[in-house]
Order: sequence, then C-alpha cells, then structure tokens
Amino acid sequence: MNRYSWEKYQKQIPDDHYYYARSCIRQNFFPGSETIFLKILQEDLGIDILDDAKHTSCTGIGYHGDIVPLETIMTVVARQFALMTEAGYEHLVSSCITSFGLYCEILSLWHHFPELEEKTRKNLKAATGREFKTPKSVIHSSDLIFHFRDRIAQKAKYTLTDPQTGRPLKVVEHIGCHYSKIFPTSGIGGAEFPYVLAGMIESWGGEVVDYPERRHCCGFGFRNYIVKANRGAPVANSKQKLESMAPYKPDFIVANCPGCTMFLDKWQYTIAELEGTTYGQNGQGIPVLTYEEMAGLVLGYAPWELGLQMHQIDTEPLLNKMGIDYDSNEKYLGRNGKYMGRPEPCNCIL
Amino acid sequence: MANNWGFGINEKRSIDLDTNNFDIVRKILEAEPSFYRCISCGSCTATCSAGNITNFNFRKVHHLLRRGEYQTLSGEISKCMLCGKCSLVCPRGINTRNIILNINRLITRQNLR
Amino acid sequence: MGKRVIIVGGGVAGMQAAITLKKTGCSPLLIEKNIALGGKLNNWDRLFPSQTSANEIINGLTDEIASLNIKNILCGEVSEMRHDEDKIEVNLTDGNTYEADAIIIATGFDLFNATQKEEYGYGVYNNVITSADLEEMFRQGEVKTSTGVPPSSVAFLHCVGSRDLQVGQGHCSRVCCITGVKQAIEIRQALPECQVYNFYMDMRMFGPGYEELYKEAQEKWKINFIRGRISEASQTIDNRIRIKAEDTLAGRPLKLTVDMLVLLIGKKAAACNRKLAADLGLSLRESGFYAPKDNFTDNVCTCKENVFIAGTALAPKTIGEAMNDGTAAAIKAYEYLNRFENGK
Repeated sequence: MNRYSWEKYQKQIPDDHYYYARSCIRQNFFPGSETIFLKILQEDLGIDILDDAKHTSCTGIGYHGDIVPLETIMTVVARQFALMTEAGYEHLVSSCITSFGLYCEILSLWHHFPELEEKTRKNLKAATGREFKTPKSVIHSSDLIFHFRDRIAQKAKYTLTDPQTGRPLKVVEHIGCHYSKIFPTSGIGGAEFPYVLAGMIESWGGEVVDYPERRHCCGFGFRNYIVKANRGAPVANSKQKLESMAPYKPDFIVANCPGCTMFLDKWQYTIAELEGTTYGQNGQGIPVLTYEEMAGLVLGYAPWELGLQMHQIDTEPLLNKMGIDYDSNEKYLGRNGKYMGRPEPCNCIL
Repeated sequence: MANNWGFGINEKRSIDLDTNNFDIVRKILEAEPSFYRCISCGSCTATCSAGNITNFNFRKVHHLLRRGEYQTLSGEISKCMLCGKCSLVCPRGINTRNIILNINRLITRQNLR
Repeated sequence: MGKRVIIVGGGVAGMQAAITLKKTGCSPLLIEKNIALGGKLNNWDRLFPSQTSANEIINGLTDEIASLNIKNILCGEVSEMRHDEDKIEVNLTDGNTYEADAIIIATGFDLFNATQKEEYGYGVYNNVITSADLEEMFRQGEVKTSTGVPPSSVAFLHCVGSRDLQVGQGHCSRVCCITGVKQAIEIRQALPECQVYNFYMDMRMFGPGYEELYKEAQEKWKINFIRGRISEASQTIDNRIRIKAEDTLAGRPLKLTVDMLVLLIGKKAAACNRKLAADLGLSLRESGFYAPKDNFTDNVCTCKENVFIAGTALAPKTIGEAMNDGTAAAIKAYEYLNRFENGK
C-alpha cells in the first residue's frame, strides 16, 4: 500500500528515560504484555523506564462513563504527572490508549484554557500537597516499540513469516480510536493510515491487511459496553470488522488498545456462541495479539511467559505457522510452575 | 379525567419555533461556536461507530437541538462511543466531542436530576 | 507601436484579454508558463452544459491570436515583478526582463490536491480518481478501472476540497456541481450499463442550462442523486471501492460498493498568488484568490491603477465567465492607457 500520508505524521519520540503509566485493565486480560514490554525495553534494549507502583488508574473509564467529573480526572492526571516529576522523569509512556488520549486531551485543554491548569494545580496541592511539571512528551507504549522496531528486528529469533514456505504472515492491525482520532498528529501515521503497528509488522517480515472496515471502531465505547443490556451494539461493531477482514484470511490480529484487543479476542467466542459464526480458518477463530506479545514472539520469548494461554482464541495455530517451539504441557502452569487449572473447552470455536 | 368518547384529541406535530425554548442550545453553541457552521452533510453520521448499529444520528441531534426539540436527546447522546471519527471527517471543522460533552452536561444530567 | 500590456497567464482569460487589447491598438505580450496556450482547458474534454469540445474553444482562440500576430512567450515563468509608478517590470526565470505600461494577471487557479483528504484514499487506492483524471480518460476515449475494464458502477463525490474548513478551502468552487452532472451523463453515454451515483450536499445549478441538465441527468440518464457527503472510502478484496455516507434524507447511514469513485475536486487559489501579490502590493481574499478593487464596479481592477486581473485568479469561474473577465480587464486597461487622450 502506498502510504504517502504517514510521512506527514511523524512524531518526536525521545530515545531514553521514560516514566511508565500502566493500564488499569490490561493485566487482567493480557497479563504478560506489560511485564514483557518492560523486559524488552530494560533487558533486551537497555533502556531506562520506571515502573512506578505509586500511580493509579487515570479514571478514564469512569470519566467516559459519566461517573468521574472532568475536574476529578484532571486532578488524578496531575497526580500522575507529579509522581513522574518527583521521580525525575519528563517523558510519559502510557500503556493504555484511553489514558494516552486523555493525557493528550487534558494537556490540550490546559493549553487552551490555562485557568483549568491553575485550578488543577491548586486542587492537587490541596488534596495531596504535590506539585508537577507537565511532561515534555506523551508517548503510547506502542510508539516506543515502533521506535525500536529495527533494533528488535536485529535481535529477532523469529519473523512474521511461515518458515516452511517463506510466506509473509497476513496481519490485521487495529488502532485504538483515542490513539489518533482525537489528535491525528498525536499518532504515528495519523488517523486514516496509521503506521504504528503496520511499521512493526513490516519490519518483522509480515504483510499488513488493508480491509474495508480497517478504520472502524471495535465498539468498546465506555458506558455502551459497561451496561450489560447494551452490549448488542458494541459486539456488532466488532462483528462488522471481523466480517470485513475474514475474506483476507488473516493469520492474526494485532491491536494497540486494551479494550480493542480484549474485544476482538473475546467477542469471537460470543459471536460463535450466539450465531455460530467463526472468522478464522477451519472453523477456528483468528488469534489476537497485543503488540508486546507480537514483539515478544519475534524476540523468542516463550508463549506461556507472554501469557498467550489467557487468550480466548487459541494461539497455537499461529505459533505453529511461525515455527515457534513450545511445550503444550506447560500451557496451564502458572509463573510459579503450579498447575492453574484449564478453562472448560468451548466446542463452538476451537 | 376518564374519557368515554372512544377517541382523544391529537397533539400537534409541528416544530413550534414560537414556544420552543432555545436557552440550552444557546449555551451549547456558546461553549462550542463551531457548531454554527454545520451544513448537514451527514459525514458524522456516515462514519459513526454507534450510528451504524443503533439509531443514533448525530446530524439529527444537531438539527433537533437547533430547533429547540430536546425531548429525545438525552437518550440519544448516551449511544455515542466518543471514538472521535466524526470530528476527523467533518468538513466544517466542528469539535463534535466538545458538543457531545456539553449536551451531556446540559441535557442528560439535567434530566437525571 | 501601441501601449505595452503584459498578460501573465495564457489560459482562456489571458488569451481573450490579449485578443481584445490587440483590437484596440495596444501591444499585448502574452506570457504562458506551459508549452502551449489554453491553460487547464487543455486537460479537459467537453464543456458543460452544451458538451462543446474544449479543443474547439482553444483552437478558436489560438487561431485568432496567430492571425492577429499577438506576441506570446511559452514556457515563460515569472520570477519577480516590480511595480514602479506607471511602469511594470516582469522578470522571467530564464533571465529575460520585459517592461509594460499595464499588466493583466490571468494566472488562473490550482486544482485541489485530493491526497489532502486522506479519508478518500486518493493516491492509495487505484480506483479512486479525480474529475480531472476522468477528463483525461474521456480525452483518451476510454473509461477504465485500474484493471483495464469498463466500470459497472461509478460514484461521484461533490465538494472535495470545497466548503471544507479542515483543508482551508472555505469557498464554493462553483463549477464542480455542474461538472459532476456533466461527467455523470458522459459515463452513462459511454457505458449505458453503468450505474452512476452522485453524492452531494447541495446542487448549485446557477448557470443557464444547468438546472435543465440536472433534470436531464435525473430523467433521461437515470443518475442516482443521494444527499449526503461520503465520509470515507476503502478498498475491497477485489479492488472495488467501499463507500460510507449518510443518506441524510432517509436519516440513515448508507454503504455502497462501486468500481470507481470520482472526486469532484475544487478550485484552489494558485500558489503563485502570494508572491505576485506581494511583488505588486495587491491584496488577496481569505481564500487566497485576488481581491479586486471593488466587487461590483471595478471587479477586474486593483488598488494599483495599471494592474488588472481576469479569470480564475479572482475566484472560481466558468470558461465563459473567465473569457468575459478577459474582455473586461482589456477594456479597463485600454481606458487607463488612454486616460489622457480621453481628456481626463
């Protein structure tokens, strides 16, 4: 694909010394991703990134769900900035797309309405006694993997190809809406043809699938999905995407947003249960990876260390295609080597 | 009062610009003056993640607001997923996100109280 | 030898101005940056609303220029102009300098660059083309998709790069509505089996015969007019184009897959306007087109009494309007040059 527009949306990414803000929900859905992200940066690449136990949820889900008011979320975000300032860092790396969008949006709000920043400073001081500097750069963690994609490629043990045939794997990339749809310039490649995940896929030997609903939202929303009775609409969005990508026979999906990755993975099971439809080959689902898991596989981390056993859609067909060595017996062993138990088999999809 | 007539008297269907209240829409337009520029092209609704699945229609929300017809809006706006696609494709550069947040503030929350 | 008038730009407005001036006894010099006179009309096939051949217009004008012996310079690009009371000096990039007593700016417009509307994928998807690309196909006599077959469905999108504040094009380009109707009809004429859809926000049929052509498009050519602007285009697995729009009259989102999407690109103020306006001390409108001295009585004049403007350097215009401007600017220049003879 001729991606002329990505040249226009370059983003300055500093090379070292980051403060890491984790996601509040990812560790439940894809528990290995953030750990592997830190490991890749710190151990494989020798980068300084601080994983600070003191920071909290940004309260973005509550804010978008109409529970947390703007003043409150600005103060919570200010506290994250204060923790970063106290730790001596200037570059904020967010693991979550919702948080990333909110950090960008709040900084933009403060830029346009300085009185809001002043008020937030007062609120934070009164509530916690803390003070803060605004970050020099706000980066999403997928930006960082993108930034170091060539160094990762140099250390790669596997590529995104089928070693038997040399065929590049066909990869669907999905970008969280708040990565670049609020501020197209905040994301690598902009909003229409984002390059952040596509760049990784191409650097590591895969082929990006451009399908008609590529730019469509996964349907997560916030209040839309939180209320169970409303979930028919969110799942329909994911279905629209899955239907649109299926004819391309993608080998896997990779996403950079906590909600999207979870949705595209888990809804495949829901749709299979409710309607009997599956979108992968041989009646199976399409495996879904986070970009950290994708990078981890390329670097040769063991699939079960990456947490792939926690996925709804089994990843073994993908691991087999990539020629990755793994021990099926270790799949359900926890980090301490103890048997975790295994999920009941779901006949509809696997 | 019980009605033994077997029929009632229909309500008027017209949009009544003489009696509709424009205070709320005025406040929303004040908070986001770019909303004045809408030319009802429908790009927002075309691309809307929510509108492809539910009967949410942001163009219509704008239209009803401008006519002071608020009755159905609080239910409508909660269907928005805040994905941001509408502001990207709007040829008039309207900050749709700020409008949704303000409708929420001025209509939905009022109704909840 | 008569008074010297340099006309910058050899499109229809400039050519018409040169012809009129020559007939009044002045000595016009026509400077054109391309290898031929005729401007953007060279890239067009037939003209609305009468389907007149563009070549016919150009040939008529070039023949007259030749028979009147009007001097013209081709491949002459202006690098700088100097305005000095009653003299104007025009420097070309080849180093030559020309002097004139008056000047007519007829530098035209630029076509809007459709790659700026990223959501339509122009330059990314081969079957997304512009109205200018389609004219080229008409000139070649063959409308084909990227795989070389005639399309069985075509969608036109009106107002690409017009009325669009996201790309700094707040103005209406005027001619695209009727161009869309004309091209839709031409597709149906060339490919009677082809389904044609026009996505519009407003149909601005302002000229003589335009509304009638719109009616003909509906009634005779069975074009489907849909009121809604396309919000994005993407490519399907078989290289067709998937469109999302709202059918605003039904109040529902609409999906359509076509073999080809034609973007009716608008007129953008020429990039050279800024530099030339600064050189001559002229003012521009917010849209980047030249602002005339007055919108009514002096609409081809400027604040400099020996500088005149004609055609689409002023605003988006039709061919006929641009030619009228050429005549008007020539007459105004003539009046200025003969102001003493007229006893002023």
